[in-house]
Amino acid sequence: MAPPKVLSLDKTQKKLVLFCHVLVYSYLCTAFAKCGSTSNKYLLLITNQTYFIDFMNQYETVFILTPVLSDVQMKEAADKFVNYLKEKGAEIINTESWGLKTLAYPIQKKTSGFYQMVEYKAEPTVIAKLELQMRRDERVLRYLTVKNEKYAAAYAEKRRNKNKEA
Amino acid sequence: MAAPSEIRYLTPTTVDVKKKKYCRFKKSGIKYIDYKDPEFLKKFLNEQGKILPRRITGTSLKYQRRVAQAVKRARHLALLPFVTDLMK
Repeated sequence: MAPPKVLSLDKTQKKLVLFCHVLVYSYLCTAFAKCGSTSNKYLLLITNQTYFIDFMNQYETVFILTPVLSDVQMKEAADKFVNYLKEKGAEIINTESWGLKTLAYPIQKKTSGFYQMVEYKAEPTVIAKLELQMRRDERVLRYLTVKNEKYAAAYAEKRRNKNKEA
Repeated sequence: MAAPSEIRYLTPTTVDVKKKKYCRFKKSGIKYIDYKDPEFLKKFLNEQGKILPRRITGTSLKYQRRVAQAVKRARHLALLPFVTDLMK
């Protein structure tokens, strides 16, 4: 049997697959199973070829760390979240550090903060876990996670290339 | 047959031709508005940091929604202020 292939589907295709799941499974007796409880990857078996359906989305998270940290501590805090994502099976695309910036208004009586940005591909369930970690961590003043859809992903890629050149 | 107008002006009357407003996103083909770029978003704010209405900026409804979304995200991340005096 041929080795499994990874299928990357768009939003509507994914919905269709989930919808057809039951039909396919019961009528055509095609193996289609959620592999493992931790992974959201779906396995699809069609005529001697196994497919993995990739349910990962592209996200980007910006977070602000307290200015009281030293450079080493700041990097350590940033790495903590990046490693956490890796641990949860996320694929890190890019990390950016914008350095110490003054805030437009004070947050927790701090007027500045270290801005960090991470772009990654992950399964949707990871986001809630990551945000819980951030809420628990006192070093994080603010965070924002955004899902990068088609145009946003294109923009993010352009931005990355521009930053690479500069 | 219409008689020519009796009234004559010494200086030609200035009929102020209003400049047609346009949506800058549609015109330049911008598909995504970045919330990480506060300098760009400032074009859509007044000096108190409020979002300018469409009737002033000429942005189409679709992109006005996206501008508003981006501004609100930038405010959350303290890249833009919620309220201020004399921005810029």
